[in-house]
Amino acid sequence: MSKLKYYIPVISFFALALLLWRGLYLDPKELPSMLIDKPMPSFALTTVAGSEVGNEDLPDQIFLLNVWGSYCLPCLIEHPTLMRLSEEGEIPVVGVNYRDRQHLAVEWLEDNGNPFAFSILDEDGRFGIDLGVYGAPETYLVDANGVIRFRHVSVLDESVWEEEFVPAIAALRGVSLSDE
Amino acid sequence: MNSKNRRWRSTSILQVLTPIFVLLLTVANAPGAIAQVDTFEFESPQQQQRFRKLSNEFRCPMCQNTNLTGSTGGVAQDLRREIHRMITEGQSDSEIEQFMFERYGDFIFYRPRLRAETILLWFGPLAFLLIGGFVALGIARRARKLSEENTELDDKQQARLKALLGSKL
Repeated sequence: MSKLKYYIPVISFFALALLLWRGLYLDPKELPSMLIDKPMPSFALTTVAGSEVGNEDLPDQIFLLNVWGSYCLPCLIEHPTLMRLSEEGEIPVVGVNYRDRQHLAVEWLEDNGNPFAFSILDEDGRFGIDLGVYGAPETYLVDANGVIRFRHVSVLDESVWEEEFVPAIAALRGVSLSDE
Repeated sequence: MNSKNRRWRSTSILQVLTPIFVLLLTVANAPGAIAQVDTFEFESPQQQQRFRKLSNEFRCPMCQNTNLTGSTGGVAQDLRREIHRMITEGQSDSEIEQFMFERYGDFIFYRPRLRAETILLWFGPLAFLLIGGFVALGIARRARKLSEENTELDDKQQARLKALLGSKL
């Protein structure tokens, strides 16, 4: 029993080493969203196409809220995935055109294709602040009641879709089925 | 030979010192150079002071290791604008801090708030200091106790010591 005491420094060394070693592999750029399980912030803005838009216009089913901009190169990388998702009708995608210019956004959609049901125009980034956005691209998963359930920062490609969004959506569907 | 060597040394010291001196001058001027140029107007110097203090204490969410004052990032620019708006609207510092916290969490604070999640951050070092102190105290106490105890060998030990030393000699 008394011998055990002498192992305490060794054990605590390894515990600390393990903790710090794990810390080396954490991504400090991935910040937890403060809005998980909170309703979408209220907004009354216009779309990139120019019509008025507010919370009541959001889909009344689970949808993706994708933060994008015409200046954003990674947005081009995830663009095919968003196109596929909306073309195959897998999930509606709503865009937030973040810190961009309207005419540039319109051009970008014409050049690359438009996967969005509509894009909320957020030229001054004020709506982005309410969402806790810190840079495009970011993608939020919002449930049928307009509650934010999940956020992915940076590119949403096919593997991120399969590994993160599909399970998250399945979990949401499971929860909402057992509620009814 | 000797004088030549000395001359070489004196020029080389100058060559080394000049860049260092220039570098020091640059570093000394750096804080002014880092701050972003804002064209915000305030109603009073106090408001401006509060703006400076807040944007120095909030961390830029995009650039990670810069405060809002020093960041050229888009978010930082927007957040500085929001701080300015809230100050001129008459909101208090704690209201502004709450606004930031609700959107960006503890990350935004260079001086984290005292909450259940940040207790370890605030008092962890103190806890480790206390643990270390107690261990050191225990060791010192035991050492004193040992030195006060009777350290003389009994007959049996004495005989063994003699046998050991004898075999070496």
